[in-house]
Amino acid sequence: MLIRKAPDILPSQITSKSNYLNRRAFMQAGGALGAAAIAGPALGAMVPAGDRAKIENVAKSRFSTGERANSYEDITTYNNYYEFGTGKGDPVDNAEDFEARPWSITVDGEADITGTFDFDDFIKPFAVEERIYRMRCVEAWSMVIPWVGISLADVVKRFKPNSKAKYVAFETLEDKQRMPGQRSRVLDWPYREGLTIAEATHPLAILAIGLYGEVLPNQNGAPIRLVVPWKYGFKGIKGIVRMRFVETMPQTSWNMSAPHEYGFYANVNPNVDHPRWSQARERRIGAGLFADKIPTRMFNGYEDEVASLYTGLDLRKNF
Amino acid sequence: MNTLQQVRFIGKPLVFTACLLPFGYAALAAFGLAGDLGANPVEALLDHFGNWGLRFVMLALAVTPLRKISGWNWLSRFRRMLGLFAFFYVLLHFLTWFILDQGMALSAILEDIVKRPFITLGFAALLLLTALAATSTAAARRRLGRRWQQLHYSVYFVGVLGVWHYWWQVKADVREPLIYAAILTALLGYRLVEHRRQKTRRRAAARNQ
Repeated sequence: MLIRKAPDILPSQITSKSNYLNRRAFMQAGGALGAAAIAGPALGAMVPAGDRAKIENVAKSRFSTGERANSYEDITTYNNYYEFGTGKGDPVDNAEDFEARPWSITVDGEADITGTFDFDDFIKPFAVEERIYRMRCVEAWSMVIPWVGISLADVVKRFKPNSKAKYVAFETLEDKQRMPGQRSRVLDWPYREGLTIAEATHPLAILAIGLYGEVLPNQNGAPIRLVVPWKYGFKGIKGIVRMRFVETMPQTSWNMSAPHEYGFYANVNPNVDHPRWSQARERRIGAGLFADKIPTRMFNGYEDEVASLYTGLDLRKNF
Repeated sequence: MNTLQQVRFIGKPLVFTACLLPFGYAALAAFGLAGDLGANPVEALLDHFGNWGLRFVMLALAVTPLRKISGWNWLSRFRRMLGLFAFFYVLLHFLTWFILDQGMALSAILEDIVKRPFITLGFAALLLLTALAATSTAAARRRLGRRWQQLHYSVYFVGVLGVWHYWWQVKADVREPLIYAAILTALLGYRLVEHRRQKTRRRAAARNQ
């Protein structure tokens, strides 16, 4: 009699050789640090539990702007997160009881390494950095935000997208109980976003897991969200549960909602107006009641770093 | 005191004070004395005054239906005051945009009025309201005669333009503009039905003679 046993390990769960070797190198590098710290395994990204808990080992980054960051209060009480309501004061009110743990992220599609990972395991291999970035909302207001995050390029590379992978698609959690804003059909849930592989592997793109050196607040996209500082804020998908490598341009939520108003690229561009308002200037939050708007900069001021991604692309058509 | 005196010496001062409350709140909040305008105070003021402008347009339009349904004819004494407060809040909405939001940058303002349909609509509503406010005095009413009523019927358009302006301004969540649209439809629909009913009544009366 033949007794068949289901395979314990799926091929997708087998760590590839190069990754295994990477990990060895990583562990060795970390071992040196760990020996110095004695505490041992404090390696890579770790997000402690609890509200406003401090994230350890956050390195500074040369990509940070020297501009004065907005207050914690401004950043956490005024933002868009339609999963918790459509008003900009809604997320802080309605996300208070949201539980961002346990949390898992599914990686699938055109990649060698796929699977569902617990949030803590997902971020562990990566170095944590503070990135103080300008954030320009498509509604013509802006902030300066000290994110804590991991490099998206590092994340993408770890999963080894194959040659068919041209885009990375992201999805937010869909759960009407936990995200009351999803009870209204104001957008087609779950929230979807996407980047080209070139964009996703650009050193400026990060997955944020913290703010002001602390755990990312629920209303800002806990436990993990995308930050792409040269694009309008709505590209920064929050509460990510899925990351998919795909061959064709993925659908994105605001583009699905109003295709002539919100494009896939959504690069900050003062020369291409939104059909209903000008994008030439922006209101910097925190500047006060009597401050003038400031001029919006091409690619939100990251032109030197990212313009080469779009050589030959008509930015007026591909808005 | 008869009803007219009660309206004049008690009702009007009370309603006038109540109508000023949204302005008082905004003024106190702007100077940090009460409440809070939040992270984007310019937007908060813009929304506050815009909302109250639209609410007062609706209130002014509600006077006649309410008067006819209830039979309280003294209600019409408040119509002009409510209409003028609509103008007051819409003007504050405009001035907040003109001065605080746009920083009086005339070229950008003109571009917005011409190129952005929702701003064109709002601006048209403001111009109409200005004409109505300017001709709201008893003297203007006498001077204009029959044309006064014709001119003041345009408050219906102000309502439509205001709701439309709001509708085109929101990004995706049209629930609030939808509420205003429903109220406006009820207020204008009532007038349409009344108008039809009177017409048939008049025709029937003519036949019976």
